[in-house]
Amino acid sequence: MSQGTVKAGPLQAGGVQLPTGHDRRTTVARLGCLAVLLVIAAIFPLVITNALYTQFAVLTVIYVGAVAAWNLFSGYTGYISLGHAVFFGVGAYTVGLLTKQWKLPGGDIFALLPLGGLVAALVAIPLGLVALRVRRHTFVVITIAFFFIFQLLAFNLNFTGGNQGVSSPFFLWSAANYNNPFYYVGLIIAVLTITLSWLIRNSRFGLQMLAIRDDEDRARGLGVRTMGVKLTAFVISGGITGMIGGLWWFFIGQALPETAFNPLFDVTVALMAFLGGFGTLVGPVLGALILEPLQQWIQITYTNGYTSEIVLGVLFLAVILFLPRGIVPTGAEYVTKWRVAQARRREPATGGPAPGGSAPGGSAPPGSPPEGRTATGTGSAGTPSAGTPSTGGVR
Amino acid sequence: MSTLLRTDAVTKAFGGVQALNGATLEVEEGSIAGLIGPNGSGKTTLFNVITGYETVDGGDVYLGDRKITDASPDKVFLAGIGRTFQLTRVFSRLTVMENMIVAAQHAEKGSARIRNPLARAGGPATRRRAMELLEFTGIVGHAGALAETLSYGQRKLLELSYVLMAQPAIVLLDEPAGGVNLTLITTIADRIRELNRQGTTFLIVEHNMDFVMGLCDRVTVLDNGATVVSGPPDEVRTDPRVLDAYLGTAEDDDDIAVS
Amino acid sequence: MGRELSEAIVDGILGGSVYALMAVGLTLIFGVLDIINIAQGILVVLGAYLSYVLSVHLHIDLFVGLLVTVPAMFIVGVTIQWAFIRPLRGRERTSMSLLASYAVAIIIEGVLYLIFGSNFYNLNASYVTSGPKIFGFYLDYIYIYGFLMALVLVVAIYYMLYRTQFGRSIRATMQDQTAARIVGINVNRVQALTFGIAVAITAAGGMVFGATGGGFNPNTGYDLISRLLAIIILGGLGSIAGAMVAAIFMITLEGVVDVLWSPSWSVVVFYGALVLVLAFRPQGLFGRKAARAQ
Repeated sequence: MSQGTVKAGPLQAGGVQLPTGHDRRTTVARLGCLAVLLVIAAIFPLVITNALYTQFAVLTVIYVGAVAAWNLFSGYTGYISLGHAVFFGVGAYTVGLLTKQWKLPGGDIFALLPLGGLVAALVAIPLGLVALRVRRHTFVVITIAFFFIFQLLAFNLNFTGGNQGVSSPFFLWSAANYNNPFYYVGLIIAVLTITLSWLIRNSRFGLQMLAIRDDEDRARGLGVRTMGVKLTAFVISGGITGMIGGLWWFFIGQALPETAFNPLFDVTVALMAFLGGFGTLVGPVLGALILEPLQQWIQITYTNGYTSEIVLGVLFLAVILFLPRGIVPTGAEYVTKWRVAQARRREPATGGPAPGGSAPGGSAPPGSPPEGRTATGTGSAGTPSAGTPSTGGVR
Repeated sequence: MSTLLRTDAVTKAFGGVQALNGATLEVEEGSIAGLIGPNGSGKTTLFNVITGYETVDGGDVYLGDRKITDASPDKVFLAGIGRTFQLTRVFSRLTVMENMIVAAQHAEKGSARIRNPLARAGGPATRRRAMELLEFTGIVGHAGALAETLSYGQRKLLELSYVLMAQPAIVLLDEPAGGVNLTLITTIADRIRELNRQGTTFLIVEHNMDFVMGLCDRVTVLDNGATVVSGPPDEVRTDPRVLDAYLGTAEDDDDIAVS
Repeated sequence: MGRELSEAIVDGILGGSVYALMAVGLTLIFGVLDIINIAQGILVVLGAYLSYVLSVHLHIDLFVGLLVTVPAMFIVGVTIQWAFIRPLRGRERTSMSLLASYAVAIIIEGVLYLIFGSNFYNLNASYVTSGPKIFGFYLDYIYIYGFLMALVLVVAIYYMLYRTQFGRSIRATMQDQTAARIVGINVNRVQALTFGIAVAITAAGGMVFGATGGGFNPNTGYDLISRLLAIIILGGLGSIAGAMVAAIFMITLEGVVDVLWSPSWSVVVFYGALVLVLAFRPQGLFGRKAARAQ
């Protein structure tokens, strides 16, 4: 979050000075890391050809995309949805039923994904209109209720195949690299979703969502169309999740009511987001990259499904209890502390960057501590009020 | 001078508690008006009623010639009334600049209905104006800092700043001097005067008598939800009814729990 | 048809009373701790399993066995709250407690699977499968006993809330935690004990549920918690009266639809009712209408 702010550079617009040297260095470093990651992701299945690992990889990119989509709504607006499995399942079933209906040959299948996403997005509209009018606690529960309704509908309606679900035909590419097309499609969806997340984060739309998260009523009082903003985010998030559900169906080959509408889906996604850092851009992705392979590994190692469930639950608890804020914010805090220590070590006497704040009657004396002026903006930066009597005032 | 804001015998009850019982108030355009009264007299409730956070049981609220009784908060805001809160409300996890941009949402509405939703938040004009306002209130140095890192006094200034972003015709300040040190109080008073000189009308709820008397053109006193007296500070200060309201008799000691 | 209908209604009211008991616990937890305890469903099932063990292996009568299971579950509840809920802090406390309780639920479910497997169990006793004939249809005694027990426990809860010092502390904490602390109430203790009490009454509910629910296994927890959640939302979060009314209403509605239409659709109607109510009354039946802003 703070990273996004630095990039957008409101300070540059305002003319307040920053240590620009370190800022540029950070941006370059970040872009470099990103490039490296993308390259690794792109060549991964070509290098690691073990089918088991590429299967892990497919499921991982699926979850990365799902978490990014979930975070786009829940992370930014603060409304925790535990019913996104609805969109996942709707997407899966849509794609599955259409494939059966139109009897599509192997290679064209991925073209159906946007349709799955579209249907899921359309479903999100009425659901959102009802669910987004209630307060946050109730919202969580009503999303759970929606989930159960849809799962039950999948069981009971005829055209969804009831208990049998919908199975997919065999696809026409070689068994050797069977997983690869799924992987790449999943990767593309994930990267696009993350990019969209980033764009939204720095945009007007995103700012409104974040304001809603902090103080919805105040935001509404300032003219933000809260219902419209929430609903739009909900629909976009649901649509992408639907596409991912469709991809999942193609990969797994079968949609059953209890697998397409999986009660563990949302909890897993939420956990990934919290592990990485709820509401941040990178955090949820990180969480997915860590947890999904881990989850797969646990399921393989503890072949007794029940034991794996226990291990998962214990893992969940451990994350929640010991890393409550998630990896990214905690990590950012350590980085800031380290930077501050470095800066202090380097410039003990001067006041660091030039003071901002032209309060009439005097500018800030040069003794102000550097951490009050840097734009990293994490909570640990401390109150910048020391030494500026005309603006801050001592509490 | 015309009347910009007017409430007319407003009544409001919460369960068994009559918070407002004939609250009448007039604010002239271009003036700085004060609203005082002992604890529980209904000042914040009246603010809530004016700005749409509460509905009335009876009476009306007028902005200029328009009746705005029971209008929702966003409509009131769009009509040109800005407001700060007793417990300062800022968007803590947004930066100071982002707080300002959020408040400029409606001001940015151009004639084009379809605007790029992914456009960067806050166009150059908005940012410029935000920086101006932040310089004016003196917290521009923290433009990139998260609002939650600000001190209490700085948050008050931020709230004032972003309320001003929409260029409201009248600003309602709920205890702007509450809990801040003397230097800051002076700064705030100066800012209010300066803004008033530039044309903004103010209605201020305050307990700090020096602040109110020194700043306001006209003061209205509320007691038990009803207007007791209204007039220039010197008159109000020495009016026996006002002293009575504040010191009160034993029966008057029910503090209405008004948020 | 008329007879089936009246049977469904009576069953619904009696069965709903047990759900009411469990829902009251859940809504109490919400009111006092401001969290949604997702583990409530699996804890009901745990209570049922405990009753099973006592009944089948130790040959203790189901109701007598409650003297053991209820205190045991009370301890379980206090432990869960103290170990996993209380340490949570921060802005997202509510969501995290939700996830934490979900995690606890998953763990308990896994453990129960390991111990008991996935077979369906039933609680049995002479009065479970026999009963008087009323209005022309048979009614198992267990329903009547369950209803009476629920009645007694609900009255006990009301008594506690409104006539005891502790109950006053609970109500104060429900209204305003900070104010409660200021007047010297040990909010931590109140929260832990409330959680324990809520879980303890699920043991009681669990026993009746185990006898009348038509078979339970660890997976039943999901179904239960989703129903209980729907019930307390419909009734209004934090409202005890609301939980009771909603429970009886929804279970009866489901039973009636079951008879009039079909079993598969009755469940959809159950949740559909929730959505419908919320569409028109977002705060639930007895919930406080959120003030316009603030």
